[in-house]
Amino acid sequence: MNKIRRIAIACALTLPVSLAVMAADPVKLGLLEDQSGNFSLAVIPKIHATELAIEEINAKGGIMGRPIKLIHYDTQSDNTKFQEFARRLIQVDKPDVIFGAFSSASREAIRPIMDKAKQLYFYNNQYEGGVCDSNVFVTGAVPEQQFSTLVPWLMEKYGKRVYTIAADYNFGQISAEWVRKIVKENGGTMVGEEFIPLSVNQFGQTIQNIQKVKPDFVMTLLVGNLQSAYFEQQAAANLNLPMGSSIQVGQAYEHKRFKPPALKNMYVTPNYIEEVDSPASNDFKKRFRAKFPNEPYISQEAANAYDAVYIYKAAVEKAKSTDMVKVRKALEGGGICTDGPQGKVCMDPKSHHMSHTIYLAHVQDDHSIKFPKVWNDIQPYWLGQAGCNLAAKADYSQYTPSSPPKK
Amino acid sequence: MTLFTTIYSFLYQFGDSFAYLTLSALGLAVIFGMMGVINLAHGEFVMCGAYITILTAKAGLPLPLAMLTGAMTAACVGAILEYLIVRHLYNRLFDSIVATWAVSLITQQTMLIFAGPSIEGLSTPFGSFELGDYSFSTYRALLPFFAITVLAALYLLFFRTNYGIYARATIQNAQMAKCLGLRTSRIYSMTFALGAGLAGLAGALYAPTITAVPTMGSSFIVPAFVTVVTGGANVLLGVLPAAGFLGFIQSGMTAAFGQLAGQIGLLITVIFVIRLLPKGMGHLFNRR
Repeated sequence: MNKIRRIAIACALTLPVSLAVMAADPVKLGLLEDQSGNFSLAVIPKIHATELAIEEINAKGGIMGRPIKLIHYDTQSDNTKFQEFARRLIQVDKPDVIFGAFSSASREAIRPIMDKAKQLYFYNNQYEGGVCDSNVFVTGAVPEQQFSTLVPWLMEKYGKRVYTIAADYNFGQISAEWVRKIVKENGGTMVGEEFIPLSVNQFGQTIQNIQKVKPDFVMTLLVGNLQSAYFEQQAAANLNLPMGSSIQVGQAYEHKRFKPPALKNMYVTPNYIEEVDSPASNDFKKRFRAKFPNEPYISQEAANAYDAVYIYKAAVEKAKSTDMVKVRKALEGGGICTDGPQGKVCMDPKSHHMSHTIYLAHVQDDHSIKFPKVWNDIQPYWLGQAGCNLAAKADYSQYTPSSPPKK
Repeated sequence: MTLFTTIYSFLYQFGDSFAYLTLSALGLAVIFGMMGVINLAHGEFVMCGAYITILTAKAGLPLPLAMLTGAMTAACVGAILEYLIVRHLYNRLFDSIVATWAVSLITQQTMLIFAGPSIEGLSTPFGSFELGDYSFSTYRALLPFFAITVLAALYLLFFRTNYGIYARATIQNAQMAKCLGLRTSRIYSMTFALGAGLAGLAGALYAPTITAVPTMGSSFIVPAFVTVVTGGANVLLGVLPAAGFLGFIQSGMTAAFGQLAGQIGLLITVIFVIRLLPKGMGHLFNRR
């Protein structure tokens, strides 16, 4: 008798607890980011921004009453680590969504794994564009948003002869193809194009090649700490040409790390950087610095990573479930937006990419930033126009201007 | 464009490449060539030299003194590392590779955690000069001469000082040197410190031209190993011809076919050299 009573009491005590635990069963967010290695410099603000967004959401009761649980693996700037940890996340931790990857090479390394497991995956980074994948959502800006604004503006101001130097891997090659396409469409000429292996940090010959053909401006699509030595070297050699880029300043804050005037006259089109002076941006910076007072720079990718968590939250709330297929359908239903540091941005249902506010950032002689122009609500139009419509038809490819979707 | 400008621009590129290869390799060559230790923490000594140079220069020390401080600090760190770890691993080649690699990884991560992912660099000193259509960085034009000066100083050190004689005696036959009353363990620690200091000097000299990050050492490791493998175990007679030959191939290929070809050319040359001259180019000059 005593025994039964004891069991009954135990059940009575544990039942509400287990119910509460079940009710607060966390939403598991898997994160694969490079906390160490070559890319850590640009990635650490991203990780912090993700943590900030999660903390804010959890403080306000989580997603539909469920807290977000972050499961982060340090991928060490190593593509094989990306694959290893992506499999581990999917098989062991079984997250509701996976965020992450910085370099395009690492994204392409894990994309097939995500596709095979039908895993909902957010790539929160600016990149070379063209990924039309049912399982992948992208919150960063793409070339049609960054180059279609930047390149014509620079050609108007400085002239039509363009020289591109780009990192020699998928990001640089495809971005350079975009520059080529937009320069041609606007009646300019490419006077030179050079692809630089990621291991190169000596640019003497490149600088002379540029001087030989005298372009009106140089498009620099250089990636990583080694290649960023170019800026100091071109300044030391007094190359003195305006530069344009989609990635410099916004990712690795070269203007803060190098002594002026290494980046003098650099024009970049990020969708956010710390210098943006708007109420939304200032509020974001205040909250960011309250949590991470020693953050060297709040970058474009920090804003993209932050917005991504809120986009995911909005999608789950619309789907009323964390079921991956339902969340994807909710995102593909359209109207999933967030008011982030850069203002209001929305997920495009067709291409799984985001609309962005594009800021033209001009680096001054003393490395302060001026914004000569802001383009509001720039859509990721190209994939949709080219025939990628994920809401209607599943796809798992990456397209470029020279290899568009088959109609 | 005049012929003179064209020739100078090629010489400048060649000198640039030569200086980078020589300065990266010397520290490694001393430690490998004289002590038979493959030091995978070579890049971290380079980083140490560069960081100390930048920090002391920012604190107000004149640049040449800051560079000297950087190199000396790297040498001191080298001496400490030798005492704590490397000393116990002489004649254990593979163990020393693993141990120094571990030191390299630990140092990189510790720097990342405590010093942050990057520090603001220095500007390249001395400005630029123009020649025809081209403009050149004066500092970089001087680097090959720095490299030659360092080589000359090493020559004097090894052939004109007591330390040099003791060191060469120890390397040639450690047992015999010991019998004759040399404290070989001290010679080894001084030689290791010298190698570390040379690596630090490379970091110090390149500190104003590249990005200072905890992983910066890795960009010196490849040219250093390529040069040492091509040159062989002889420090001066190995590094000088190897860096000259590889620099010529690299700058020539880069000028003709671009940066990728330059890198490929460098590595293919190494393959041919070690096939044809397994003991390195330095072996050609050995009078036997």
